[in-house]
Amino acid sequence: MEKKTPLHDRHVALGAKIEPFAGYLMPIQYTGVLAEHMAVRNNAGLFDLSHMGEFRLKGLQALAFLDMLLTNNADVEPGRAFYSTMCYPDGGIVDDLIVYRISAEEFLMVVNAANLDKDWAWVTSHAGSYDLSLANESDDTALIAIQGPRAQSIALGLCDAALDSIPYYAHVPGRVAGVPALVARTGYTGEDGFEFYVSSGDAAAVWDAFMATAPSSGIVPVGLAARDTLRLEVGYVLYGNDIDHTTTPIEAKLNWVVKLASGKDFIGREVLARQKAEGVARSLIGLSVEGRGIIRHGTEIYSGCEKVGVVTSGTMAPAIGVSVGLGYVGKPWAKTGTELEAQIRGNRIPVKVVKIPFYTKGSRR
Amino acid sequence: MSSVPGDLRYTRTHEWIRLEPNGDITMGITDHAQELMGDIVMTEIPAKGMQVRRGDPLGALEAVKTAEDYYAPADGTVVDANSALESEPGLVNSACYGQGWLVRIAPSQPSQLEELLTPEQYKKLIGE
Repeated sequence: MEKKTPLHDRHVALGAKIEPFAGYLMPIQYTGVLAEHMAVRNNAGLFDLSHMGEFRLKGLQALAFLDMLLTNNADVEPGRAFYSTMCYPDGGIVDDLIVYRISAEEFLMVVNAANLDKDWAWVTSHAGSYDLSLANESDDTALIAIQGPRAQSIALGLCDAALDSIPYYAHVPGRVAGVPALVARTGYTGEDGFEFYVSSGDAAAVWDAFMATAPSSGIVPVGLAARDTLRLEVGYVLYGNDIDHTTTPIEAKLNWVVKLASGKDFIGREVLARQKAEGVARSLIGLSVEGRGIIRHGTEIYSGCEKVGVVTSGTMAPAIGVSVGLGYVGKPWAKTGTELEAQIRGNRIPVKVVKIPFYTKGSRR
Repeated sequence: MSSVPGDLRYTRTHEWIRLEPNGDITMGITDHAQELMGDIVMTEIPAKGMQVRRGDPLGALEAVKTAEDYYAPADGTVVDANSALESEPGLVNSACYGQGWLVRIAPSQPSQLEELLTPEQYKKLIGE
Protein backbone atom coordinates (compact mmCIF):
# COMPACT_ATOMS: atom_id res chain seq x y z
CA MET A 1 0.00 0.00 0.00
CA GLU A 2 1.53 3.27 -1.13
CA LYS A 3 1.77 6.25 1.16
CA LYS A 4 0.13 9.53 0.32
CA THR A 5 1.81 12.89 0.64
CA PRO A 6 0.01 15.49 2.77
CA LEU A 7 -1.04 17.14 -0.51
CA HIS A 8 -2.63 14.07 -2.07
CA ASP A 9 -6.15 15.49 -1.98
CA ARG A 10 -4.93 18.64 -3.72
CA HIS A 11 -3.46 16.60 -6.57
CA VAL A 12 -6.67 14.60 -6.95
CA ALA A 13 -8.73 17.80 -7.01
CA LEU A 14 -6.44 19.23 -9.71
CA GLY A 15 -7.08 16.14 -11.86
CA ALA A 16 -3.46 14.99 -11.77
CA LYS A 17 -2.41 11.68 -13.23
CA ILE A 18 -1.30 9.89 -10.06
CA GLU A 19 0.94 6.83 -10.02
CA PRO A 20 3.01 4.93 -7.46
CA PHE A 21 6.59 6.14 -7.25
CA ALA A 22 9.07 5.04 -4.60
CA GLY A 23 6.31 3.85 -2.31
CA TYR A 24 4.21 7.01 -2.66
CA LEU A 25 1.23 7.93 -4.78
CA MET A 26 2.73 10.88 -6.63
CA PRO A 27 1.41 13.36 -9.19
CA ILE A 28 3.06 12.47 -12.52
CA GLN A 29 1.47 15.29 -14.47
CA TYR A 30 -1.39 17.75 -14.17
CA THR A 31 -2.12 19.32 -17.58
CA GLY A 32 0.75 17.87 -19.61
CA VAL A 33 4.46 17.33 -19.26
CA LEU A 34 5.49 19.72 -22.04
CA ALA A 35 3.40 22.64 -20.77
CA GLU A 36 4.59 22.05 -17.21
CA HIS A 37 8.20 21.84 -18.33
CA MET A 38 8.00 25.10 -20.26
CA ALA A 39 6.19 26.84 -17.39
CA VAL A 40 9.23 26.17 -15.19
CA ARG A 41 11.65 27.35 -17.89
CA ASN A 42 9.71 30.55 -18.62
CA ASN A 43 7.80 31.43 -15.47
CA ALA A 44 7.41 29.25 -12.37
CA GLY A 45 6.20 25.83 -11.29
CA LEU A 46 5.12 24.37 -7.94
CA PHE A 47 6.25 20.88 -6.92
CA ASP A 48 5.17 18.51 -4.16
CA LEU A 49 8.36 16.64 -3.27
CA SER A 50 7.18 15.36 0.08
CA HIS A 51 8.26 11.84 -0.82
CA MET A 52 11.92 12.82 -0.37
CA GLY A 53 13.61 11.53 2.80
CA GLU A 54 14.95 13.76 5.56
CA PHE A 55 17.41 12.63 8.23
CA ARG A 56 18.46 15.03 10.97
CA LEU A 57 21.87 14.66 12.61
CA LYS A 58 22.85 16.47 15.76
CA GLY A 59 25.86 16.18 17.97
CA LEU A 60 29.48 16.92 18.66
CA GLN A 61 30.60 14.42 16.05
CA ALA A 62 27.94 15.00 13.40
CA LEU A 63 30.50 16.71 11.16
CA ALA A 64 33.11 13.98 11.64
CA PHE A 65 30.46 11.36 10.88
CA LEU A 66 29.37 13.01 7.63
CA ASP A 67 32.96 13.47 6.54
CA MET A 68 33.45 9.74 6.96
CA LEU A 69 30.14 8.86 5.24
CA LEU A 70 30.12 11.29 2.30
CA THR A 71 32.53 11.88 -0.56
CA ASN A 72 32.12 15.66 -0.45
CA ASN A 73 33.46 17.94 2.24
CA ALA A 74 30.80 18.43 4.93
CA ASP A 75 32.54 21.34 6.65
CA VAL A 76 30.61 24.12 4.94
CA GLU A 77 29.46 27.21 6.83
CA PRO A 78 26.21 26.88 8.80
CA GLY A 79 23.48 28.21 6.50
CA ARG A 80 25.05 26.56 3.48
CA ALA A 81 24.17 23.33 1.67
CA PHE A 82 26.10 20.92 -0.48
CA TYR A 83 25.48 18.08 -2.91
CA SER A 84 27.30 14.80 -2.36
CA THR A 85 27.40 11.13 -3.11
CA MET A 86 27.53 8.47 -0.41
CA CYS A 87 29.48 5.39 -1.48
CA TYR A 88 30.09 1.76 -0.66
CA PRO A 89 33.67 0.64 0.01
CA ASP A 90 33.91 -0.46 -3.66
CA GLY A 91 33.06 3.07 -4.83
CA GLY A 92 29.52 2.18 -5.95
CA ILE A 93 26.95 4.79 -5.01
CA VAL A 94 24.54 4.24 -2.10
CA ASP A 95 22.72 7.47 -2.94
CA ASP A 96 23.20 11.07 -3.95
CA LEU A 97 21.87 13.70 -1.60
CA ILE A 98 21.77 17.30 -0.48
CA VAL A 99 22.94 18.21 3.00
CA TYR A 100 21.94 21.43 4.74
CA ARG A 101 24.20 22.58 7.55
CA ILE A 102 21.85 24.06 10.15
CA SER A 103 24.47 24.88 12.80
CA ALA A 104 27.94 23.77 13.82
CA GLU A 105 26.55 20.52 15.18
CA GLU A 106 23.33 20.02 13.20
CA PHE A 107 22.75 18.84 9.64
CA LEU A 108 19.74 17.83 7.54
CA MET A 109 20.36 15.12 4.91
CA VAL A 110 17.82 14.95 2.07
CA VAL A 111 17.84 11.62 0.25
CA ASN A 112 15.99 10.00 -2.64
CA ALA A 113 12.62 8.53 -1.72
CA ALA A 114 13.40 5.30 -3.56
CA ASN A 115 16.44 4.81 -1.33
CA LEU A 116 14.97 5.93 1.96
CA ASP A 117 14.97 2.61 3.81
CA LYS A 118 18.30 1.52 2.40
CA ASP A 119 19.88 4.87 3.26
CA TRP A 120 18.51 4.90 6.77
CA ALA A 121 19.92 1.41 7.37
CA TRP A 122 23.26 2.47 5.88
CA VAL A 123 23.51 5.68 7.90
CA THR A 124 22.46 4.17 11.22
CA SER A 125 24.73 1.15 10.79
CA HIS A 126 27.76 3.43 10.56
CA ALA A 127 26.80 5.88 13.29
CA GLY A 128 27.47 3.54 16.21
CA SER A 129 30.70 4.92 17.65
CA TYR A 130 29.95 8.57 16.91
CA ASP A 131 28.63 11.04 19.48
CA LEU A 132 25.46 12.15 17.68
CA SER A 133 21.72 11.64 17.47
CA LEU A 134 19.97 10.62 14.27
CA ALA A 135 16.30 11.13 13.48
CA ASN A 136 14.38 9.99 10.42
CA GLU A 137 11.93 12.88 9.94
CA SER A 138 10.73 11.82 6.50
CA ASP A 139 7.12 11.14 7.45
CA ASP A 140 6.76 14.39 9.37
CA THR A 141 8.37 16.59 6.73
CA ALA A 142 6.81 17.97 3.57
CA LEU A 143 8.87 19.53 0.80
CA ILE A 144 7.33 22.08 -1.53
CA ALA A 145 9.48 23.61 -4.25
CA ILE A 146 8.95 26.62 -6.45
CA GLN A 147 11.22 26.71 -9.48
CA GLY A 148 11.55 29.04 -12.43
CA PRO A 149 12.84 32.49 -13.35
CA ARG A 150 9.92 34.14 -11.53
CA ALA A 151 10.15 31.93 -8.43
CA GLN A 152 11.67 34.63 -6.24
CA SER A 153 9.25 37.36 -7.18
CA ILE A 154 6.30 35.06 -6.49
CA ALA A 155 7.74 33.71 -3.22
CA LEU A 156 8.57 37.21 -1.93
CA GLY A 157 4.93 37.91 -1.31
CA LEU A 158 4.47 34.78 0.82
CA CYS A 159 7.75 34.39 2.67
CA ASP A 160 9.21 36.60 5.37
CA ALA A 161 12.82 35.60 4.68
CA ALA A 162 15.14 37.98 2.81
CA LEU A 163 15.03 35.75 -0.26
CA ASP A 164 17.19 38.01 -2.36
CA SER A 165 20.11 37.62 0.02
CA ILE A 166 20.06 33.80 0.06
CA PRO A 167 22.81 32.58 -2.27
CA TYR A 168 22.51 29.42 -4.38
CA TYR A 169 22.91 26.36 -2.12
CA ALA A 170 22.17 28.31 1.04
CA HIS A 171 19.22 28.37 3.42
CA VAL A 172 17.64 30.29 6.28
CA PRO A 173 14.92 29.61 8.80
CA GLY A 174 11.80 31.58 7.92
CA ARG A 175 8.05 31.54 7.60
CA VAL A 176 6.19 30.84 4.41
CA ALA A 177 2.41 31.27 4.23
CA GLY A 178 2.64 31.89 7.96
CA VAL A 179 4.17 28.53 8.88
CA PRO A 180 7.76 27.81 9.96
CA ALA A 181 10.04 26.51 7.23
CA LEU A 182 13.59 25.84 6.24
CA VAL A 183 13.87 28.10 3.20
CA ALA A 184 16.55 26.94 0.77
CA ARG A 185 17.73 28.20 -2.58
CA THR A 186 18.17 24.74 -4.06
CA GLY A 187 16.50 22.71 -6.80
CA TYR A 188 16.76 20.11 -9.51
CA THR A 189 15.59 21.99 -12.60
CA GLY A 190 18.42 24.28 -13.71
CA GLU A 191 16.26 27.26 -12.80
CA ASP A 192 16.38 29.64 -9.90
CA GLY A 193 14.01 28.71 -7.10
CA PHE A 194 13.37 27.73 -3.54
CA GLU A 195 12.62 24.61 -1.59
CA PHE A 196 10.50 24.89 1.54
CA TYR A 197 10.82 22.16 4.15
CA VAL A 198 7.79 22.35 6.41
CA SER A 199 5.94 20.17 8.87
CA SER A 200 3.57 17.74 7.07
CA GLY A 201 0.61 19.33 8.81
CA ASP A 202 1.52 22.72 7.32
CA ALA A 203 1.99 21.55 3.74
CA ALA A 204 -1.53 22.34 2.55
CA ALA A 205 -1.31 25.94 3.82
CA VAL A 206 1.87 26.51 1.82
CA TRP A 207 0.57 24.79 -1.33
CA ASP A 208 -2.73 26.66 -1.20
CA ALA A 209 -1.00 30.01 -0.68
CA PHE A 210 1.12 29.55 -3.81
CA MET A 211 -1.78 28.20 -5.86
CA ALA A 212 -3.88 31.19 -4.80
CA THR A 213 -1.40 33.46 -6.62
CA ALA A 214 -1.90 31.53 -9.89
CA PRO A 215 -4.37 33.93 -11.54
CA SER A 216 -1.81 36.74 -11.38
CA SER A 217 1.52 34.88 -11.08
CA GLY A 218 0.81 32.17 -13.64
CA ILE A 219 2.38 29.54 -11.38
CA VAL A 220 1.34 26.00 -12.32
CA PRO A 221 1.64 22.69 -10.46
CA VAL A 222 4.33 20.47 -11.98
CA GLY A 223 4.48 16.69 -11.74
CA LEU A 224 7.30 14.19 -11.60
CA ALA A 225 7.33 13.67 -15.39
CA ALA A 226 8.38 17.26 -16.02
CA ARG A 227 10.72 17.16 -13.03
CA ASP A 228 12.52 14.36 -14.88
CA THR A 229 12.73 16.18 -18.22
CA LEU A 230 13.83 19.38 -16.47
CA ARG A 231 16.69 17.68 -14.65
CA LEU A 232 17.74 15.73 -17.71
CA GLU A 233 17.83 18.80 -19.93
CA VAL A 234 20.43 20.31 -17.61
CA GLY A 235 22.31 17.03 -17.25
CA TYR A 236 21.60 16.24 -13.60
CA VAL A 237 21.89 12.53 -12.87
CA LEU A 238 19.02 10.54 -11.37
CA TYR A 239 19.72 7.71 -8.95
CA GLY A 240 18.37 4.43 -10.28
CA ASN A 241 18.69 5.61 -13.88
CA ASP A 242 22.13 7.18 -14.33
CA ILE A 243 23.86 6.22 -11.11
CA ASP A 244 23.50 3.28 -8.73
CA HIS A 245 25.55 0.79 -6.73
CA THR A 246 27.32 -0.37 -9.91
CA THR A 247 28.59 3.08 -10.90
CA THR A 248 31.07 5.30 -9.09
CA PRO A 249 30.99 9.09 -8.85
CA ILE A 250 34.18 9.21 -10.92
CA GLU A 251 32.53 7.26 -13.76
CA ALA A 252 29.48 9.52 -13.40
CA LYS A 253 31.68 12.63 -13.82
CA LEU A 254 30.88 13.73 -10.29
CA ASN A 255 34.58 14.20 -9.50
CA TRP A 256 33.76 17.60 -8.02
CA VAL A 257 31.97 15.96 -5.09
CA VAL A 258 34.84 13.54 -4.39
CA LYS A 259 37.17 15.49 -2.13
CA LEU A 260 40.45 13.60 -2.06
CA ALA A 261 42.65 16.65 -1.60
CA SER A 262 41.09 17.42 1.79
CA GLY A 263 42.87 14.34 3.10
CA LYS A 264 39.71 13.16 4.87
CA ASP A 265 39.07 9.45 5.02
CA PHE A 266 35.64 8.39 3.76
CA ILE A 267 33.96 5.18 2.69
CA GLY A 268 35.06 4.33 -0.85
CA ARG A 269 38.06 6.65 -0.80
CA GLU A 270 40.61 4.04 -1.80
CA VAL A 271 38.80 2.95 -4.95
CA LEU A 272 37.81 6.47 -5.95
CA ALA A 273 41.37 7.76 -5.45
CA ARG A 274 42.66 5.01 -7.71
CA GLN A 275 40.03 5.76 -10.35
CA LYS A 276 40.83 9.45 -10.22
CA ALA A 277 44.55 8.76 -10.62
CA GLU A 278 44.38 5.97 -13.20
CA GLY A 279 41.22 6.95 -15.05
CA VAL A 280 38.11 4.85 -15.57
CA ALA A 281 37.16 2.44 -18.33
CA ARG A 282 33.80 4.13 -18.97
CA SER A 283 32.28 7.47 -18.19
CA LEU A 284 29.01 9.32 -18.27
CA ILE A 285 28.50 11.43 -21.39
CA GLY A 286 25.78 13.51 -22.98
CA LEU A 287 24.32 12.28 -26.26
CA SER A 288 22.43 14.21 -28.88
CA VAL A 289 20.38 12.27 -31.43
CA GLU A 290 21.33 13.41 -34.92
CA GLY A 291 18.68 11.38 -36.73
CA ARG A 292 15.01 10.90 -35.82
CA GLY A 293 14.37 8.93 -32.69
CA ILE A 294 14.37 9.06 -28.93
CA ILE A 295 16.97 7.26 -26.88
CA ARG A 296 15.85 5.85 -23.56
CA HIS A 297 17.18 3.99 -20.52
CA GLY A 298 18.70 0.77 -21.86
CA THR A 299 19.19 1.88 -25.49
CA GLU A 300 22.46 0.37 -26.73
CA ILE A 301 25.21 2.52 -28.23
CA TYR A 302 27.43 1.26 -31.03
CA SER A 303 30.56 2.28 -32.86
CA GLY A 304 30.38 0.29 -36.09
CA CYS A 305 29.71 -3.31 -35.05
CA GLU A 306 31.01 -2.84 -31.54
CA LYS A 307 28.70 -2.16 -28.62
CA VAL A 308 30.43 0.63 -26.72
CA GLY A 309 27.86 1.81 -24.22
CA VAL A 310 24.31 2.22 -23.03
CA VAL A 311 21.87 5.06 -22.49
CA THR A 312 20.76 5.63 -18.89
CA SER A 313 18.24 8.47 -19.42
CA GLY A 314 16.80 9.99 -22.55
CA THR A 315 14.01 12.22 -23.74
CA MET A 316 12.97 14.81 -26.24
CA ALA A 317 14.31 17.93 -24.51
CA PRO A 318 11.28 20.23 -24.57
CA ALA A 319 13.07 23.58 -24.29
CA ILE A 320 15.54 22.88 -27.11
CA GLY A 321 13.51 20.52 -29.29
CA VAL A 322 16.33 18.01 -29.53
CA SER A 323 16.35 14.36 -28.54
CA VAL A 324 19.07 13.93 -25.89
CA GLY A 325 20.26 11.49 -23.31
CA LEU A 326 22.82 10.53 -20.72
CA GLY A 327 24.71 7.28 -20.86
CA TYR A 328 27.97 5.49 -20.29
CA VAL A 329 30.46 4.75 -23.07
CA GLY A 330 33.95 3.30 -23.02
CA LYS A 331 36.79 5.77 -22.64
CA PRO A 332 37.85 5.77 -26.34
CA TRP A 333 34.38 6.99 -27.33
CA ALA A 334 33.75 9.52 -24.55
CA LYS A 335 35.28 12.55 -26.24
CA THR A 336 32.92 15.39 -27.18
CA GLY A 337 32.08 15.25 -30.87
CA THR A 338 32.46 11.46 -31.21
CA GLU A 339 29.96 10.09 -33.74
CA LEU A 340 28.20 6.92 -32.60
CA GLU A 341 24.97 5.04 -33.28
CA ALA A 342 22.00 4.15 -31.10
CA GLN A 343 19.99 1.00 -31.70
CA ILE A 344 16.33 2.07 -31.63
CA ARG A 345 13.75 -0.63 -32.45
CA GLY A 346 16.10 -2.45 -34.78
CA ASN A 347 17.37 0.67 -36.56
CA ARG A 348 20.72 2.38 -36.18
CA ILE A 349 20.31 6.10 -35.55
CA PRO A 350 23.31 8.48 -35.55
CA VAL A 351 24.08 10.10 -32.20
CA LYS A 352 26.88 12.39 -31.10
CA VAL A 353 28.70 12.86 -27.81
CA VAL A 354 27.96 16.41 -26.66
CA LYS A 355 28.69 18.64 -23.69
CA ILE A 356 26.39 18.67 -20.66
CA PRO A 357 24.19 20.60 -19.90
CA PHE A 358 22.10 20.31 -23.05
CA TYR A 359 20.09 23.39 -22.06
CA THR A 360 22.27 26.32 -21.06
CA LYS A 361 19.88 29.24 -20.60
CA GLY A 362 18.55 28.37 -17.14
CA SER A 363 18.04 31.09 -14.53
CA ARG A 364 19.91 29.19 -11.79
CA ARG A 365 22.29 31.53 -10.07
CA MET B 1 -14.19 10.04 -19.63
CA SER B 2 -12.42 9.80 -22.95
CA SER B 3 -14.22 10.35 -26.21
CA VAL B 4 -15.33 7.31 -28.29
CA PRO B 5 -17.09 8.60 -31.44
CA GLY B 6 -20.05 6.47 -32.48
CA ASP B 7 -19.24 6.49 -36.21
CA LEU B 8 -15.85 4.75 -35.91
CA ARG B 9 -14.62 1.20 -35.33
CA TYR B 10 -11.87 0.21 -32.91
CA THR B 11 -9.14 -2.32 -32.10
CA ARG B 12 -8.01 -3.91 -28.86
CA THR B 13 -4.70 -2.08 -29.36
CA HIS B 14 -6.47 1.30 -29.16
CA GLU B 15 -6.57 2.30 -32.82
CA TRP B 16 -9.68 3.86 -34.35
CA ILE B 17 -10.75 3.15 -37.94
CA ARG B 18 -12.97 5.16 -40.24
CA LEU B 19 -14.34 3.70 -43.49
CA GLU B 20 -13.96 6.25 -46.29
CA PRO B 21 -16.46 6.51 -49.18
CA ASN B 22 -13.91 5.07 -51.64
CA GLY B 23 -13.37 1.96 -49.51
CA ASP B 24 -10.06 3.07 -47.93
CA ILE B 25 -9.72 3.17 -44.19
CA THR B 26 -8.24 5.98 -42.13
CA MET B 27 -6.79 5.17 -38.74
CA GLY B 28 -5.34 6.83 -35.69
CA ILE B 29 -5.08 6.21 -31.97
CA THR B 30 -7.98 6.73 -29.61
CA ASP B 31 -8.49 9.52 -27.12
CA HIS B 32 -8.04 6.95 -24.34
CA ALA B 33 -4.65 5.94 -25.79
CA GLN B 34 -3.35 9.48 -26.25
CA GLU B 35 -4.40 10.33 -22.70
CA LEU B 36 -2.51 7.34 -21.34
CA MET B 37 0.61 8.19 -23.32
CA GLY B 38 0.75 11.89 -22.56
CA ASP B 39 2.40 14.44 -24.85
CA ILE B 40 3.51 12.82 -28.11
CA VAL B 41 6.83 14.33 -29.19
CA MET B 42 7.75 12.25 -32.21
CA THR B 43 5.93 10.01 -34.67
CA GLU B 44 7.14 7.33 -37.02
CA ILE B 45 4.88 6.72 -40.02
CA PRO B 46 5.02 4.05 -42.73
CA ALA B 47 6.03 4.67 -46.36
CA LYS B 48 3.32 4.93 -48.97
CA GLY B 49 2.92 1.76 -50.97
CA MET B 50 3.93 -0.51 -48.11
CA GLN B 51 2.04 -3.81 -48.05
CA VAL B 52 0.80 -4.66 -44.59
CA ARG B 53 -0.89 -7.56 -42.85
CA ARG B 54 -3.36 -7.18 -40.06
CA GLY B 55 -1.44 -6.82 -36.79
CA ASP B 56 1.82 -5.61 -38.38
CA PRO B 57 3.41 -2.67 -36.60
CA LEU B 58 3.02 0.38 -38.86
CA GLY B 59 5.18 2.73 -36.85
CA ALA B 60 5.71 4.12 -33.39
CA LEU B 61 4.55 7.02 -31.30
CA GLU B 62 7.08 8.49 -28.94
CA ALA B 63 5.76 10.24 -25.86
CA VAL B 64 7.98 11.98 -23.35
CA LYS B 65 8.13 8.92 -21.12
CA THR B 66 7.19 6.01 -23.36
CA ALA B 67 7.13 4.70 -26.91
CA GLU B 68 4.29 2.61 -28.33
CA ASP B 69 3.88 0.85 -31.67
CA TYR B 70 0.59 1.07 -33.54
CA TYR B 71 -0.72 -1.71 -35.73
CA ALA B 72 -2.45 -2.31 -39.05
CA PRO B 73 -6.14 -3.07 -38.39
CA ALA B 74 -6.46 -4.97 -41.69
CA ASP B 75 -4.43 -6.34 -44.61
CA GLY B 76 -3.81 -3.87 -47.40
CA THR B 77 -1.60 -1.18 -48.90
CA VAL B 78 -0.58 2.06 -47.22
CA VAL B 79 -1.95 4.80 -49.50
CA ASP B 80 -1.15 7.78 -47.30
CA ALA B 81 0.37 8.73 -43.96
CA ASN B 82 0.04 11.96 -42.05
CA SER B 83 3.26 13.84 -42.75
CA ALA B 84 2.01 16.89 -40.82
CA LEU B 85 2.84 14.96 -37.66
CA GLU B 86 6.54 15.28 -38.41
CA SER B 87 6.50 18.94 -37.44
CA GLU B 88 3.43 18.78 -35.18
CA PRO B 89 3.34 15.44 -33.34
CA GLY B 90 1.12 17.06 -30.69
CA LEU B 91 -1.83 16.83 -33.12
CA VAL B 92 -2.14 13.22 -31.97
CA ASN B 93 -2.99 14.61 -28.53
CA SER B 94 -5.02 17.64 -29.49
CA ALA B 95 -7.04 16.13 -32.36
CA CYS B 96 -6.63 12.37 -32.29
CA TYR B 97 -9.79 11.75 -34.39
CA GLY B 98 -9.08 14.59 -36.82
CA GLN B 99 -5.81 16.25 -37.80
CA GLY B 100 -3.93 13.74 -35.67
CA TRP B 101 -4.82 10.79 -37.92
CA LEU B 102 -1.94 8.43 -38.71
CA VAL B 103 -2.34 6.23 -41.78
CA ARG B 104 -4.70 5.55 -44.70
CA ILE B 105 -4.88 2.00 -46.00
CA ALA B 106 -6.57 0.42 -49.03
CA PRO B 107 -7.78 -2.86 -47.51
CA SER B 108 -7.34 -6.02 -49.54
CA GLN B 109 -9.65 -8.09 -47.31
CA PRO B 110 -12.58 -5.75 -46.55
CA SER B 111 -14.34 -8.56 -44.65
CA GLN B 112 -11.72 -8.16 -41.90
CA LEU B 113 -13.30 -4.81 -41.05
CA GLU B 114 -16.40 -6.61 -39.81
CA GLU B 115 -14.30 -8.04 -37.00
CA LEU B 116 -13.30 -4.62 -35.59
CA LEU B 117 -14.79 -3.52 -32.29
CA THR B 118 -17.93 -1.43 -32.23
CA PRO B 119 -17.91 1.79 -30.15
CA GLU B 120 -19.87 -0.06 -27.44
CA GLN B 121 -17.38 -2.92 -27.38
CA TYR B 122 -14.45 -0.52 -27.22
CA LYS B 123 -16.04 1.46 -24.39
CA LYS B 124 -16.42 -1.78 -22.49
CA LEU B 125 -12.77 -2.65 -23.18
CA ILE B 126 -11.55 0.58 -21.63
CA GLY B 127 -14.01 0.38 -18.76
CA GLU B 128 -16.21 3.30 -19.70
